Amino acid sequence: MRAVIVVGASLAGLYAARELRAQGFDGRLVVIGAEPHPPYDRPPLSKSFLTGTADEDRLALADEEETAELAAEWLLGTRVRALDARGRTVVLDDGRTVTGDGVVIATGAAARRLPGPPLAGVHTVRTLDDARALRADLTRGPQRVVVIGGGFIGAETASSCAVLGHDVTVVEAAPLPLAAQLGPQMASVCAGLHARGGVALLTGVGVAGLRGAAGRSVTAVELADGRLLPADVVVVGIGAIPNTQWLAGSPLAVDDGILCDDGCVTTLPQVVAVGDVARVGGARAEHWTSATEQPRAAVRNLLAGHTVESAHSLPYFWSDQYGSRIQFAGHRTSGDIARIVEGSSADPGGDPTAGARGGGLLAVYERAGRTTAALAIDCARPFMKARRGLAADRAAELAGV
Amino acid sequence: MIPVCRLEDLPAGDSVRLDTTPPVAVFNADGELYAIDDTCSHQDASLSEGWLEGCLIECPLHAASFDLRTGRPTCLPARRPVRTHQVYVEDGVIHVLVASATGATGDGDASAAGKGSAA
Repeated sequence: MRAVIVVGASLAGLYAARELRAQGFDGRLVVIGAEPHPPYDRPPLSKSFLTGTADEDRLALADEEETAELAAEWLLGTRVRALDARGRTVVLDDGRTVTGDGVVIATGAAARRLPGPPLAGVHTVRTLDDARALRADLTRGPQRVVVIGGGFIGAETASSCAVLGHDVTVVEAAPLPLAAQLGPQMASVCAGLHARGGVALLTGVGVAGLRGAAGRSVTAVELADGRLLPADVVVVGIGAIPNTQWLAGSPLAVDDGILCDDGCVTTLPQVVAVGDVARVGGARAEHWTSATEQPRAAVRNLLAGHTVESAHSLPYFWSDQYGSRIQFAGHRTSGDIARIVEGSSADPGGDPTAGARGGGLLAVYERAGRTTAALAIDCARPFMKARRGLAADRAAELAGV
Repeated sequence: MIPVCRLEDLPAGDSVRLDTTPPVAVFNADGELYAIDDTCSHQDASLSEGWLEGCLIECPLHAASFDLRTGRPTCLPARRPVRTHQVYVEDGVIHVLVASATGATGDGDASAAGKGSAA
């Protein structure tokens, strides 16, 4: 293989470039990124970057030395428009083409937006430019902030806005935020963190639309039940859509992500996909850890010409909100029973205003006597042990033991 | 020199965090004592809560791993070293001599890595 194109210059794309070099690929390496920025880390955008405790230099994923070692051609600020029928040539937005023997697709996902004309003061938190714009709005003195969506991005952003002294309301359409991810019992514990952080949580009510004259600033959020929430700043945190539009007309199979086998290989053996855009072995994971782990198997399979390694790893994600750290690992399915094995659900996170952390809690999810997942709030060490146990179980299961 | 705890209160495989600024973590790695900055150089996480195996400590958040002897990361996502500090045992009490903030940049100089023996 003499030339490989990596489409996407964020976490998964950078890790793919690293893996290519680490696994001995010494040919031409082209990395194409839609954003003008060199690879940066997104998790801090809703947290330390928003609150101003981490600046942009802390977000950089590779330093100059490493970038030089990668010896890649970087096409940043460059959108892609198509992949040719053979899956070897990428067409750029300006009509130029780049051709390689292998393609790694790491185009990620884009924040889902609300319909309607654009209004000033309405934000998503996905990219560095998103976070910069939100940060600028939040530094203009105390504001009424409405966060639409109580998922992890919404909760983290609400927490950061509260820390900055804003008046914050979170609106969640479901009866309980995060119930799909954490199950009702533990989702309820996490929902309690909002109150502790001084943030109002409205659940079970959808958003009908945003108020504000076209081209002007948002003034309010209109709820499905007719209520109006006055707002100076609105943050829309209602999920993300995989960036696959540019693959229309390509031979790749796409259905909420690029369909891949267990080894991140698409329907074309010389095209692999990693990160948020990839549906690997039937599942798409928008997790930082997946984006860093999948490239190893994907690159191995790309260089081998067929699938020799699967990218199965234990799902893991974390969230920092209201001074507490939530960590989750495993495969929870509906009906798994959560059992608290350390600490208590009464006050897992302590009192963030006093800077005190509670004792934390560790819960394990069980099904038919087997542990399927683990959740911790401020309980890192026991969680680590539980996560390792789950990973070992999974490895044994995959090995057919 | 900061007293940490009695030697017998830090058994092999255990760690303790000092609420200094910045916080420092002290480890008993199979009988050898090490002290490093507690905060992972990648993102805010306490290394004293990590997974200790031999002379390597794995961060509990993103699994970055550091060599306690040098403070150097042994794998991604961490790219910067953490500072190492000298450890002494006097009259059965563990002490840490915290490297000066300006002098030690955590460049992983093994000669500056304090190692005390718990044996």
